[in-house]
Amino acid sequence: MSTETTGFNWEYAPAPEAIDHAKIKKQYELFINGEFVKPLSKKYFETINPATEQVLSKVAEANEKDVHAAMIAAKNAYDKYWKKLSGADRAKYIYRIARVIQERSRELAVIESLNGGKAIRESRDFDIPTAANHFFYYAGWADKLAYAFPNKKIESVGVAAQIIPWNFPLLMAAWKIAPALATGNTVVLKPAESTPLTALKLAELIQDCDLPPGVVNIITGFGAAGAAMVNHPLANKIAFTGSTDVGKIIQKAVAGTGKKITLELGGKAANIVFEDAPINQAVEGIVNGIFFNQGHVCCAGSRLFIQESVSEEVIQKLKARMQTLIVGNPLDKNTDIGAINSKEQLEKINSYLKIGVNEGLEIYQPDNCNLPKQGFYCKPTLFIGAAQSNRVVQEEIFGPVLTIQTFRTIEEVIEKANNIPYGLSAGVWTDKGSKIFNLTTKLRAGVVWANTYNKFDPTSPFGGYKESGFGREGGLHGLAPYVNLS
Amino acid sequence: MNFKTSPVIDQVGIEERVARFNTRSIKKQSKVSALKLALNMIDLTTLEGKDTEGKIIQMCHKAVQPGEGIADLPTVAAVCVYPTYVALAKKTLGTSGVKVASVATAFPSGNSTREIKLLDTKLAVDNGADEIDMVISRGEFLKGNYNFVFDEISAIKDACGKARLKVILETGELSTLDNVRRASDIAIAAGADFIKTSTGKIQPAATMPVTLVMLEAIKDHYLKTAQMVGMKPAGGISTAKAALQYLVMVKETLGAQWLSNEWFRFGASSLANDIILQLGKEQKGVYYSKDYISID
Repeated sequence: MSTETTGFNWEYAPAPEAIDHAKIKKQYELFINGEFVKPLSKKYFETINPATEQVLSKVAEANEKDVHAAMIAAKNAYDKYWKKLSGADRAKYIYRIARVIQERSRELAVIESLNGGKAIRESRDFDIPTAANHFFYYAGWADKLAYAFPNKKIESVGVAAQIIPWNFPLLMAAWKIAPALATGNTVVLKPAESTPLTALKLAELIQDCDLPPGVVNIITGFGAAGAAMVNHPLANKIAFTGSTDVGKIIQKAVAGTGKKITLELGGKAANIVFEDAPINQAVEGIVNGIFFNQGHVCCAGSRLFIQESVSEEVIQKLKARMQTLIVGNPLDKNTDIGAINSKEQLEKINSYLKIGVNEGLEIYQPDNCNLPKQGFYCKPTLFIGAAQSNRVVQEEIFGPVLTIQTFRTIEEVIEKANNIPYGLSAGVWTDKGSKIFNLTTKLRAGVVWANTYNKFDPTSPFGGYKESGFGREGGLHGLAPYVNLS
Repeated sequence: MNFKTSPVIDQVGIEERVARFNTRSIKKQSKVSALKLALNMIDLTTLEGKDTEGKIIQMCHKAVQPGEGIADLPTVAAVCVYPTYVALAKKTLGTSGVKVASVATAFPSGNSTREIKLLDTKLAVDNGADEIDMVISRGEFLKGNYNFVFDEISAIKDACGKARLKVILETGELSTLDNVRRASDIAIAAGADFIKTSTGKIQPAATMPVTLVMLEAIKDHYLKTAQMVGMKPAGGISTAKAALQYLVMVKETLGAQWLSNEWFRFGASSLANDIILQLGKEQKGVYYSKDYISID
């Protein structure tokens, strides 16, 4: 829309969320056997605020010996306490965790935004409440497993080694820990090295909840610690969310060991807009699909397919909508797009921006978008006129970058949507119900959203096809990877 | 024109977008300036059977000087009255710049003949109304007689002469957002200068989802023709906070061009006093009793 104006140039004043109530320690140890213990490695690493590049805290770096200690603690807790508790008693602890997360939600939201760069609007309204909901939901299952798996003998697996990514640090911890505890397993969890703080805060909350020592262990470190967890003989179950490359390595490592495994990996979702769609709402869904959490979402709707007859209208409206997105300080309540999670990730995104331009695609970034001088930021970006053969279409960018392709027929768009190594999610926009059901059966994706995008609920299973991984998290399906049935 | 093919609306999507507007946090100077703007966009309204000359005169004074003891208050945009009080309002407002809007066309039900509606409009215009707030024939609309509604609006538009025409859809009787969108398209195509949600006599009156659908109709028209159409939510907006949320919605849907009383109005009676209370709080630093603000 034109900015020449006879109207009123109304700018929103800064509305920063207060951060003084959020307590971040100068140094964090490893949470093993219910206590914070110094790492045997004697090493620490710094964790920063990606919006300012300032150091927030120092965090212990677990080595193989530390991983071993955590595994032993989890195994002992499993044998000594957790395995023996009734489902109802396990539920009491899990409900307690859920309630404490709710009580401390404001502090957790601020720390999540400080450490990960995501807008406070999202950590406050999405990440933290959804994390609490996962604990509530799985607490409810703990004493009802016989109804989840009727006519089966249900046994817990033992020790779950869980490795989570940096895009939704606390929420991913909840996705992993809640079903594992509900089904009677104990846990060793490693948050990503760039965003350890909310997981460590969760460790403090778990301590407050008086969980038996060793039932949940949270250790921080790099890839080597993750590898040690995966390869440890006491690990009965591996749950990994992260990149496809690492997922492949993990799957090779556990081959033949008898360890159960679930992988939730990358994605490159098709978001498909038909000419009979509610166009203005579809534009909103496109924005929500790709710019939510700076595009650091494995199920982000990063490939937009628009039916030819409405492509001009959709692109025009999408550009206009992007002009109203506020990019900047994650702690401002009005910020829509916060900081990119790390320098490394920003460099990766920028390299893809170059690749797209070199591939001859038309690039669009809102001209009124001024990025802060300090910190890691990226403008929301469109690549218009893309084709299946473009690298920016084929490869996961994991940033606020959307490729746009057009299509004529439903057969064409199904073929193109499926023509990708990934298969995590997809979106369909049409007013016609029959079209939705037709597509949901033909799109090779674990989740298909219709006339909405990026909706998550603890009751709904989530997971991928093909190189997006296997196994489901959430819902009744999310219990299965954590039990042995006979 | 075929109004059966108006764009479809997804209600869930509309409600989610509205929820997101409402998370905007408006503080400090941006709050003060927007509150003044909102006050300046109000159509101060009285449309009651018991209206008297005295009440109209008092309301006109309030329109010119909304609050005492608070610096830099603008006037409201207009007063909105029945046709019989237009001349009095016009005389009382004098050269203040505050406009006089008159409801017409068998307000609020619209159940009368074309002839009567045209005469009603002519009465208001002849009495000096700057703006005409007409109602559409909801019965005919819901029957599917879209061309009847279109023809009626264009006939009234012709009768308005220089007066600007606001077309009231009475969204509380249209029942779906798809209908709201279709009625908006009809009104805009028939020459409405403003589209307006409600008479204030039917509940629900203005809501943010309904207003967003109408703003989108205005936007789509503007993208096609570069012609601006105004918007007036009316009824049910009584707090300063709600007014700010509407302004956020206008700014982020249509842009800064629409942020003036030329293109956006609030039809409200009690909103003005809540805005004055909030502006007074910003200036004095404390809340004070509503007893200090005149009620007419």
